[in-house]
Amino acid sequence: MHPAFSILFFTTLAGAAQGLLVALALAQLAGVATDGNFVLRAVSLGVALLLAGLAASFLHLGHKMRAWRAVLMWRTSWMSREVIVMPAYIGVAALWWLVLYAGSDSALARALPWAVVAGALLLWYCTAMIYACLRFIQEWAHWSTVANFTLIGLTSGSALACALAASAGQSALLEALAPWTTLSTLLAAVSRWHSLRRNAALRPVSTLQSATGIQARKLVQKSMGMSAGAFNTREFFHGASLLALRNVRWAFVLGLFVLPLALQLCALTTTAIWPWTWAALLQAPSLIAERWVFFAQAKHPQNLYYQVVG
Amino acid sequence: MIQWLRDLLQSPLAEGSGGVAHDTAPPVRVRARQGETLAKQLALVIDLNVCVGCQACVTSCKQWNTSGSAGPLADMNAYGANPTGTFFNRVQTYEAGEFPGTDTIHFPKSCLHCEDPPCVPVCPTGASYKRAEDGIVLVDYDKCIGCKYCAWACPYGARELDESRQVMTKCTLCVDRVYDPLLPEADRQPACVQACPTNARLFGDIKDPESVVSKAIAERGGYQLMPEWDTQPANHYLPRRITAQAKPAAPE
Repeated sequence: MHPAFSILFFTTLAGAAQGLLVALALAQLAGVATDGNFVLRAVSLGVALLLAGLAASFLHLGHKMRAWRAVLMWRTSWMSREVIVMPAYIGVAALWWLVLYAGSDSALARALPWAVVAGALLLWYCTAMIYACLRFIQEWAHWSTVANFTLIGLTSGSALACALAASAGQSALLEALAPWTTLSTLLAAVSRWHSLRRNAALRPVSTLQSATGIQARKLVQKSMGMSAGAFNTREFFHGASLLALRNVRWAFVLGLFVLPLALQLCALTTTAIWPWTWAALLQAPSLIAERWVFFAQAKHPQNLYYQVVG
Repeated sequence: MIQWLRDLLQSPLAEGSGGVAHDTAPPVRVRARQGETLAKQLALVIDLNVCVGCQACVTSCKQWNTSGSAGPLADMNAYGANPTGTFFNRVQTYEAGEFPGTDTIHFPKSCLHCEDPPCVPVCPTGASYKRAEDGIVLVDYDKCIGCKYCAWACPYGARELDESRQVMTKCTLCVDRVYDPLLPEADRQPACVQACPTNARLFGDIKDPESVVSKAIAERGGYQLMPEWDTQPANHYLPRRITAQAKPAAPE
């Protein structure tokens, strides 16, 4: 598949925002002592990232003014469900900000952190199911797609929360979040590594023989029926070399999991601030790289029909 | 004028739960439900024995549909080095077998109008739908937001986004032609079928056992593409007999 940058930014920005809000909500539920102003600023960053993600998702549409129509088919379409859950989640996060700002201690104020955690899980599920429900894209049609979207969102968001807490001198919050961040990074690494290994071992179910029904052992395409490409050749091929794909894969494994884990261990032993900052800074481009590989590795069966120009 | 408001209020109710209770007779349902078995399913049957790859169906399809209700179909950079455009139908060419016993097979491909179309339920707006009355899969261009998700959900690559209109387009089985009472009876066929000089394309109702398409499928071993995904394509292909004979014996 061709990785569209609108979707790469949308899923990574929203995922990190959800992870950040989940980390802050869990800290509050655990009763970690934090400065109210810091939490307010962190929650507003989360809401801003969600809004930026929503804006990026609009860039993917051919008709942006009709986007409201996408809420209609929630009975059958995971994309429709996501389109409903995403703004609702922004609403919940904004409401949480408002309650924190007002310093309220009502039942609503105590329920909202739970809603922030539950809403984040629901939104990750909806986003991932958009891909996982396409049964013939074998790289995506697997539970690991849901696990990866969730765990990578958790790790990027909590790493961001740690970087923010470290730079603001919130040592109690940092102490509480550090093991959570390391654990989620480890889990995300295991889950993503598993899906990379699974992808490498996948055998395509569809073949040129099943795609055309021509039962000859040797069958080659001589012409795709056009001379200079079409939507089918632009949308479903990433156009990068195998070497580039491999390099980006290693880059994200290093930048998203290996180096941040090393930096986190370093931070735990030295109590320095910079490893947290560097871990978050390294993860930012690596998140885009990870999502790029997620798309580029997906082999759409329609590509069987578009092999040879002529 | 307020059609969008009407769509917003009615759409989920009317499409999902079969409509609100009416005192009078229920309105005729346009859309087929997911997994519904239809009484009628229009389809093409393509005979790979006689297709000569002349591309007449491609140009005829483009001409009819670019000027019909599905058009215009954009042509970008039409006179440049890399022309690209929207087509509902492509004729591809394959070579089967080992030299010297090879076969050149021309292979027309358009939307297969699946009986269980995976592109329809994923559409977030309901712009993609399958007609209850004849099983044609269509796109409502006024509702399409151009998110391309339906194209991802089609294993056959049958859908093409029109670059200038930014909506998803696909073969309509010439729905604006096959029911047109102003056309002579003999012309009420898809443009590609009419254009084919070798009669490689047959058109009809595959649910009617007496139709020309049902008979061709039954008598000549008509098959579906990518049966492994269980989409039940309505369009069928008639296998090449020469290819079947030229198939090499068991591998040594």
